[in-house]
Amino acid sequence: MIWNPSLPPRPTPLQPRPRALIIGASSGIGAALARRLAAEGYTLALVARRADRLADLRAEINAAAGEVRALIYPHDVTHTDEVPALLRRILADLGGLDVCIYVAGLLIPVEREEFDFAKDAAMTAVNYVGALAWLNPVAAIFQGAGQGTIVGIGSVAGDRGRVGAPAYNASKAALHTYLEALRNRLTRRGVHVLTVKPGFVRTDMLQHSPRTFWVISPEEAAAAICRAIHRRQQTVYVPARWGIVMWLIRHIPSFIFRRLNF
Amino acid sequence: MTIPFNTFASLQNFGHSLRAGAYLFCPQSVEEIEQAFRLAKEWGLTVALRGAGLSYNDAALNGGGIVLDLQRMNRILAWDSESGVLTAEPGVTLEQVWQRILPDGWWLPVVSGTMKTTLGGCLAMNIHGKNNYRAGPIGEHVLEFTALLPSGAEVTCSPTKNGDLFHAMIGGLGLLGAFTSITMRMKKVHSGLLNVRAWSVPNLATHLEAIAEHAPQHDYTVGWLDPTARGRSLGRGQIHTADYLAEGEDAHAAHTCRLEYQTLPSTFFGVIPKGILYHFMKPFMNNSGVWLVNTAKYLLAHRARSYRQSHAAFHFLLDYVPNWELAYGRDGLIQYQSFLPVASAQEAWREILRLSHQRGLPAYLGVTKRHRPDKFLLTYAVDGFSLALDFKVTAANRAPLQQMLAEFDRIVLAAGGRFYFAKNSETSAETARRFLGEETIARFRALKKRCDPYGLLATDLYRRIFGD
Repeated sequence: MIWNPSLPPRPTPLQPRPRALIIGASSGIGAALARRLAAEGYTLALVARRADRLADLRAEINAAAGEVRALIYPHDVTHTDEVPALLRRILADLGGLDVCIYVAGLLIPVEREEFDFAKDAAMTAVNYVGALAWLNPVAAIFQGAGQGTIVGIGSVAGDRGRVGAPAYNASKAALHTYLEALRNRLTRRGVHVLTVKPGFVRTDMLQHSPRTFWVISPEEAAAAICRAIHRRQQTVYVPARWGIVMWLIRHIPSFIFRRLNF
Repeated sequence: MTIPFNTFASLQNFGHSLRAGAYLFCPQSVEEIEQAFRLAKEWGLTVALRGAGLSYNDAALNGGGIVLDLQRMNRILAWDSESGVLTAEPGVTLEQVWQRILPDGWWLPVVSGTMKTTLGGCLAMNIHGKNNYRAGPIGEHVLEFTALLPSGAEVTCSPTKNGDLFHAMIGGLGLLGAFTSITMRMKKVHSGLLNVRAWSVPNLATHLEAIAEHAPQHDYTVGWLDPTARGRSLGRGQIHTADYLAEGEDAHAAHTCRLEYQTLPSTFFGVIPKGILYHFMKPFMNNSGVWLVNTAKYLLAHRARSYRQSHAAFHFLLDYVPNWELAYGRDGLIQYQSFLPVASAQEAWREILRLSHQRGLPAYLGVTKRHRPDKFLLTYAVDGFSLALDFKVTAANRAPLQQMLAEFDRIVLAAGGRFYFAKNSETSAETARRFLGEETIARFRALKKRCDPYGLLATDLYRRIFGD
């Protein structure tokens, strides 16, 4: 049988059961979002590279819910050729899709004088190309359905090109611009596209950041993202005060900015 | 062939209370259905068959799978106005059929409350009309059908040829195969009019007595039940009976059988376009507004009346106000229909109606009918009555409504009742197992395995009812 009865139950008019797909769900913001959405009643497809961590998260979520609420799909986002078949399977397993969140991100520290193509290509592959591979087909689906929410986790780092992280900045900036274009294409089709720009969040990625402040937990970030999803916001800084800071930073003239060291 | 993500579409149920996204294909021939089965197998996806999509629940939805919308297979292949035998493709609507045959003096033997349903959908659900007690479900008027099975086989079934499949595919929820042509016998009529009689009944006991008494005597018998009435008036309503006219009774039969005569008016009071009428219903679609409307309707119907009415106007009440279901607001409506034996119906429905009042979740519309058993495998019929209740769905009432319907299910099962798969959206697998019985389910599963060895055909209803 193609249909597997151990899958989560389908929605009914009185039990709507929205469905979300999280790419990059095994840790950090992705895992926190998974826990939060599951608690809100979502059925989840969790995609990430690390199968063991995914399995633990699934066990935790399903135990808390007392029913099958999370399904896991180990996958490396750099294997973009796998995406269409995997997405088709996820849609069939969940019975559709309401929210797709691309969280997968990679930050490889580079030295101030270092120009390493391999590192930069690796970050671009995860932060940007992987997002294209997943969000393009999801956009096609949502466009046809006339509904759905696409969420991309960008970064405050994508707002300017800085001396410390050229390719990371560029990959996040590319993601922001791509999401903006998706929004411009899809809003008229009833699809909501949300760009999230977190500041410092206490995740594995943070260990590479030398100076940090205003650090929030992944749970706090997930709460802010869920709020933005419900409010159908377009772009949010997490926490919100980064919006003011980044407004200032975006307006620092180049003749000053190129002399700065952060 | 790559995966057609751009064919994804969001489909709904009749009540606009459920949506499901699926790859939507609209085949125009048997070959294209066959091709869809092949592609589904290749992609590892399931296929659901969909007609007009007018089931109240998830019967024509298949989230994340393929949906074959068969409405483009809508040719009437043969019509013999002498014998009254019609052969048509599955996507032909009841509207197409009656408009073709009535000028020749024929009518459909069984119709649904809307004429927008397709023959394929009507057979898959084995629909009934207000004449169920006299005429049985639509399946009893089918002489023969051909079907394409997911196994690749093409079969012809009639009550005598492949009889097991005939009685399982009709009412088989589209899970065994796709009807490709349907041959039915129509009903001879001698007028475009019906003799209708309407009178009110003050409570549930008189209501059911009236239906029981009149259903054997009249061609059509239906009750409107005011679900908001309490106490001594619980179950009050209005009975309508209708009878065909005998030959010669209508001096202008040729005129009344013309389509122009049958067409429903497109405006109210001559000026208000009907398309916007549902907006004016919205302010009344709440507990107190509905109480007011139902009470007014009951009081106005107090005097018994006899009149003549066209077939279309009598039968297709749901088409009278287009998009009436949108008046229920953004979360739509659901219908809860239960079928109960004569002996236990009154007590069970008294309990159900009282419970709905206690919980502050009254139904907004109630309809009663008389039924008799039939020989189809997944039959919903009993020697008794049915009561269909429409409930408004809101974000706030979902959970308490679901809990209440689960209690209704227990009351109905304890009273020996059954359910109809085109209507109820919350029936659990356990409830279905209890009223269908293990043996019926085992027989259906065996046929499913034979017709559909790869399990290609599935709907969200199938997962809900037969998921173990």
